[in-house]
Amino acid sequence: MATDNILKNLILKVWRQASPKDKGKFVTYTIQNVSTGSSFFEMLDLLNDDLIRKGDEPVAFDHDCREGICGTCSLFINGKPHGPDNLITTCQLHMRKFKEGETITIEPWRSAAFPVMKDLIVDRNAFEKIIQAGGFVSVNTGGIPDANAIPIAHDAAEESMDAAQCIGCGACVAACKNASAMLFVAAKVSHLALLPQGKTEATRRAKAMVAKMDELGFGNCTNTGACEAECPKGISIANIARLNREFLVAKFQD
Amino acid sequence: MDRNLFSSSIGKKVIVAVSGAFLMSFLIVHLAINLTLIIDDTGLLFNSAAHFMATNPIIKIVEPILALGFAIHILYTIILTLQNMRSRPVRYARQDLSGASSWASRNMFILGGLVLTFLVMHLFHFFIKMKYTGDPLLDVKVMIDGELVKNGYLLVSSFFKDFLVYSIIYIVGAIFLGLHLVHGFWSAFQSLGLCNKIWLSRLQTVAVVFAAIMALGFSIIPIYFIIFF
Ligand code: HEM
Ligand code: FES
Repeated sequence: MATDNILKNLILKVWRQASPKDKGKFVTYTIQNVSTGSSFFEMLDLLNDDLIRKGDEPVAFDHDCREGICGTCSLFINGKPHGPDNLITTCQLHMRKFKEGETITIEPWRSAAFPVMKDLIVDRNAFEKIIQAGGFVSVNTGGIPDANAIPIAHDAAEESMDAAQCIGCGACVAACKNASAMLFVAAKVSHLALLPQGKTEATRRAKAMVAKMDELGFGNCTNTGACEAECPKGISIANIARLNREFLVAKFQD
Repeated sequence: MDRNLFSSSIGKKVIVAVSGAFLMSFLIVHLAINLTLIIDDTGLLFNSAAHFMATNPIIKIVEPILALGFAIHILYTIILTLQNMRSRPVRYARQDLSGASSWASRNMFILGGLVLTFLVMHLFHFFIKMKYTGDPLLDVKVMIDGELVKNGYLLVSSFFKDFLVYSIIYIVGAIFLGLHLVHGFWSAFQSLGLCNKIWLSRLQTVAVVFAAIMALGFSIIPIYFIIFF
């Protein structure tokens, strides 16, 4: 087993912004003796511990589960959402990915649709609004149906589950040069459209969610594929083709 | 059909994709005709093809549609690009997209602009002379089907033989076009929803082949005249 080393010195360039209205700026901190075995957030916890002891305001950042399933954490680290590693969230990022003496730049997600609330925390309610527009299956009252009553082909279930892995973290928007939310919307449209329960409302859903996405100021997709590359769940841009298809079919039917 | 379609983000992309696909089909015809320049050194083949294109009524109808295709493609890519620039008002201090997306895909607007710059220049070199202003070289008329027609072959071949700089510009132009299409080709299918997990990699491979044929095909013409004449 590899043993952990100690990073004696790290330089952190962190975005600090007191409130949504504040202009914000980068503040540089140094931090000593960080174990490569610790997580990125443990390193930030150490920094905040330091700041609090000095009577300074700790750096605000989003986190919750700290195990890569809730989608709460964010951070644009050294030019990439969720940092240098692939297929992980920031809470799963370890300090072994960094070198002694390295300068680590930490920024919030940047998008017109995700305004900065404080320091590294952005407001991702825009995603919620898109879901509210149609990212659900309407269920009227009635008894609970038997789980196996509706036959579902195995590959459809698999593809649907692949899309359903989306945790709504917003890394796709953060990575995209156009700050487009297409991968998120595509994942949400796909995981429902692939299943019989979701199919009935597929056309209305695609139209409503795309309209909301456009309204909220996300950019237009240019198929660069950066979203898939940076998605912690590796959601495929093939879902975007499905969203385009669902949307166009719906619009041509009207 | 819902008329709001073309004000939506996806609808605008469809316009870019359809106009782009139309322009690509034009490129195929254009390249096929141009390659007759290097197949037949007497110029007979190229002059016949050019004469056919200049006199065929269908081509007369297609010509303004082609111009419109360019206009629409450019207009909508400008609209999309301007919107995209507004979607991130505060830029990142440090952003690294090198491993996440291709260079061509990130620079479609610049590549398109370079193609447009080339295109305007290119129209002045041949199209405008053949159609409107004329040129002494064109007046060295040749006989095709018992008819005296303009010698386009002489105009084009002398151009590449006499101006090495322009030959190089044409090769560079072809490379820019190839880069635009290496992304544009498969991106058009994706925008139209004509793609899935299996076809994604297939279309990306075909895009490389198509872009290479276009870039090599168009640059081989000046190269041929530089080397053999
Ligand atoms: C022979 C000339 C051209 C051909 C064959 C061509 C073809 C294409 C194709 C197939 C696409 C992909 C469409 C999609 O992503 O859905 C595209 C995208 C694009 N083209 Fe062109 N194009 C040409 C000229 C131009 C010119 C002159 C411009 C000048 C501004 C331009 C700007 C763009 C831009 C910015 C995109 C990306 C737009 C987006 O993805 O949203 N193109 N082109
Ligand atoms: S904190 Fe839950 S995914 Fe990172």
